[in-house]
Amino acid sequence: MYAFEYHRPTSVKEAAGLIGQVEDPKFLAGGHTLLPTMKLRLAGPANLIDLGQIAELRGIERSGDTLAIGAMTKHAEVANAAEVKEAIPALAELAELIGDPHVRNRGTIGGSVANNDPSADYPAACLALNATIVTNRRKIAADDFFQGIFTTALEDGEIITQIVFPIPTQAAYAKFRNPASRYALVGVFVAKHADGVRVAVTGAGSNGVFRASEIEQALSGNFAAEALDGVTVSEAEMNSDIHADAAYRAHLVSVMAGRAVQTAVARG
Amino acid sequence: MTTVSLTVNGQSVTADVDPRTLLVQFLRDNLRLTGTHVGCDTSQCGACVIHLNGQAVKSCTVLAVQANASVVTTIEGIAEGGELHPMQAAFREHHGLQCGYCTPGMIMSAIDIVNRKGNALDEQTIRAELEGNLCRCTGYHNIVKAVAAGAQGMAQAPMRQAAE
Repeated sequence: MYAFEYHRPTSVKEAAGLIGQVEDPKFLAGGHTLLPTMKLRLAGPANLIDLGQIAELRGIERSGDTLAIGAMTKHAEVANAAEVKEAIPALAELAELIGDPHVRNRGTIGGSVANNDPSADYPAACLALNATIVTNRRKIAADDFFQGIFTTALEDGEIITQIVFPIPTQAAYAKFRNPASRYALVGVFVAKHADGVRVAVTGAGSNGVFRASEIEQALSGNFAAEALDGVTVSEAEMNSDIHADAAYRAHLVSVMAGRAVQTAVARG
Repeated sequence: MTTVSLTVNGQSVTADVDPRTLLVQFLRDNLRLTGTHVGCDTSQCGACVIHLNGQAVKSCTVLAVQANASVVTTIEGIAEGGELHPMQAAFREHHGLQCGYCTPGMIMSAIDIVNRKGNALDEQTIRAELEGNLCRCTGYHNIVKAVAAGAQGMAQAPMRQAAE
């Protein structure tokens, strides 16, 4: 790991203020992607701004038909929170599938969303649930936020403060995990909202998380696994690597979407 | 250098560290607590698991400076007065190890599992919860038995559980 200066602000304002004052800064959330990346010297920020002591970035709050989760809320907290289990059980289940128990005790929802790893789980939830990513500067719709692998609408120095999820009528997440890394080979988040069905896929796309329009159309008339019989997803935009080729991933998208719908329907 | 102050196994510790010092390096090199191991150094194997504010974490993927003002418990901090923690005793009784390299992390994870899931653990739960700890020797069979027995043992020593 290259040397860096360490900063420990206690408010979002203080953290944002550091951005203009120090050279080559990087925000540190849970650190479970950034620190391994720094160990490999694939990242070497001169200044590391730790968001871990900022109380206002943590917490889970339900108000009316939305659930707001602070950016520094850990995966284990989302997985175990009664508010999440009651409002959006699919989101708690997704959080429980990330990494392993130790990773879930450190990794944060804001860090995952800001990093936009093409195999991360939360981006699929954000897209399918039509979430709003709230920053210290503005509110960004999930549809506009994710812009390709490791690429988001965030500007330099912009800090995600919370993610606001509309509570769906029915939802579920089905994940086919790489058994070694536990990242999604294919993960499909299916959500039925009052105004339509949204389906987001992670792990599969060569350009990162995406909405599967073919599956959304099939499910909007009939929110049941049978509606997906014969529905195929194009392999043209699928990722291909040593773990699975594009055709395999394309097939898995339909299969996992069907499983997610079954879970969502069974939950009622 | 950055100053870090924390509590490790009940002792207050303050030190000036290079900010890139990993928590596991700090424990091993600065404090000479070498029971916590470095296996993979990539957050996968779990040999470096410690408790940070009561939660099991991989100390190879935490900076020492991130642990400022925290309470850390390592494998050295769980025995009391020369008497093994019930989970340590169970690993010895059931021979939940061969080379022993993964054992400190296994035990710290196992205690965390009991803290979260209670004392009556079935095999499926134990195996699922141990997914972040790798053992190259044992095939896990005796480890799973040891965790189940250690969980029962912890039920008979509730004061220690609370203290930890």
